[in-house]
Amino acid sequence: MTDTVYGPVTDWATDFDHGAPEYNANIHQIWDDLKAAGCPIAHTERYGGVWLPLTHDLVKEIAYDPTRFSSLTPVVQQLKPSQARELDPDALGAPIGPVPPISSDPPFHADARRILLPAFSPKQIDPWRSEVEQICNKLIDDMGDADIIDAAVQYTQHIPVLVVAQMVGLPLSDADRFRSWVDMVLGGIGAERNEERLAQFEAMDAYLTKHIEDHIENPRDDLTTYLLNSEIFGEKLSPRHVFGTILLLIIAGIDTTWSGIGSSLWHLASNPVDRRRLVENPEKIPTAVEEFLRAYAPVTMARMVTDDMEFHGVHMKKEDRVLLPFPAANRDEKQFANPAVVDIEREENRHAAFGLGIHRCIGSNLARLEMNVAIEVFLKRFPDFELDNSEQVTWSSGQVRGPRNLPFRINVRA
Amino acid sequence: MSNPLVCSYAMRMRVHVDSSKCQGHNRCYALAPELFDVDDLGNAFELNDGVVPAALEDKARLAVANCPEFAITIED
Repeated sequence: MTDTVYGPVTDWATDFDHGAPEYNANIHQIWDDLKAAGCPIAHTERYGGVWLPLTHDLVKEIAYDPTRFSSLTPVVQQLKPSQARELDPDALGAPIGPVPPISSDPPFHADARRILLPAFSPKQIDPWRSEVEQICNKLIDDMGDADIIDAAVQYTQHIPVLVVAQMVGLPLSDADRFRSWVDMVLGGIGAERNEERLAQFEAMDAYLTKHIEDHIENPRDDLTTYLLNSEIFGEKLSPRHVFGTILLLIIAGIDTTWSGIGSSLWHLASNPVDRRRLVENPEKIPTAVEEFLRAYAPVTMARMVTDDMEFHGVHMKKEDRVLLPFPAANRDEKQFANPAVVDIEREENRHAAFGLGIHRCIGSNLARLEMNVAIEVFLKRFPDFELDNSEQVTWSSGQVRGPRNLPFRINVRA
Repeated sequence: MSNPLVCSYAMRMRVHVDSSKCQGHNRCYALAPELFDVDDLGNAFELNDGVVPAALEDKARLAVANCPEFAITIED
């Protein structure tokens, strides 16, 4: 496995590295060991200083407190926000942040979020079902009759990007490019900040700027034009705001759901009893999806400490970052019975996979639709499949966790 | 003697969504659309003044137990 610029981890309680590939590959063991050692909040000096709380109570308290914990940096980068601003003085600072509304704080946040909410409400998202079904079936058609497939490379990674591109009005033929941005922005947090990486960021900026300019000249029926026509506090959204929101929709809308579908299929490939239960009772898929979301929640968010303070026995400094591991909150035995057991018929399941508080994932209805349809279609077309052990399952690195390779042997196709 | 109609109404279970806590996770609407609806922003509210028909009491409890924000309460 490759190390980050910070080198190998010596101690997960005092020197953790959430960008190291071994973190996501061994995440449950790492959390269990930390909690067993009596460490509810781990710390690292890497990335300018980051805290990692592990209980549902702590995660909830931080998520509910935007005054002491700002959303300015939802992804923990190597540079502190003040260092990043020196390099890019035009970047949007608090309370708007570079990618509104996920990077915004109250009171700006609510108004910026209200612009987007109607487009992602359940009644607007439900009609996308047939489109998602078509995408999923086409991807399976394209696999031909191969006995060995890679369900991550050939299936899960394509589904969300094709939907998001259509919503935002981006060419579907550039889907590979959008996925490479996701790897760069989210997976590459521990990579060296060299010229090649900076040039990739510049290319992404140039592409999106051109996309927005094109929509100004040629308005269309899509989210980009909708945002360009939207107002906040009686004025049109600034070009930087529109740019940031579109970048957010692309980055946040792609590998999160890709990871959620991937982890679910990985579970079903490794647990034939659960797979058979869902093949025989497809009406149980929605409940199973909620359990996959709990047990394999893909997303960890982050906050920035706004001032020096004591917090549950630790001394946090202004500009420290705090990870919000919703997947760890979902494994808290105070909140969930037998949290380490994946029970696809779990009825009481108030999991926090889509966050808690004012920043609840705005795309949660779309993500749930895509996960349900992707699993439904996969099980219908491939009622029997298993992991092919000749190749390794690999996991993403960074704050979004999911399988990036899923070598499956298809035993039965329908 | 008490009026049996009034009595049965008073004993009905009622649900309530606290709109200051609801963040639009939509679990209640997905699990019990007979009892909850959502507005244009995706935020939930109870239907029929929150009155829960006897046959739907289990669904009401399920909605309460699946709200990530603890926004739904039951009054018996």
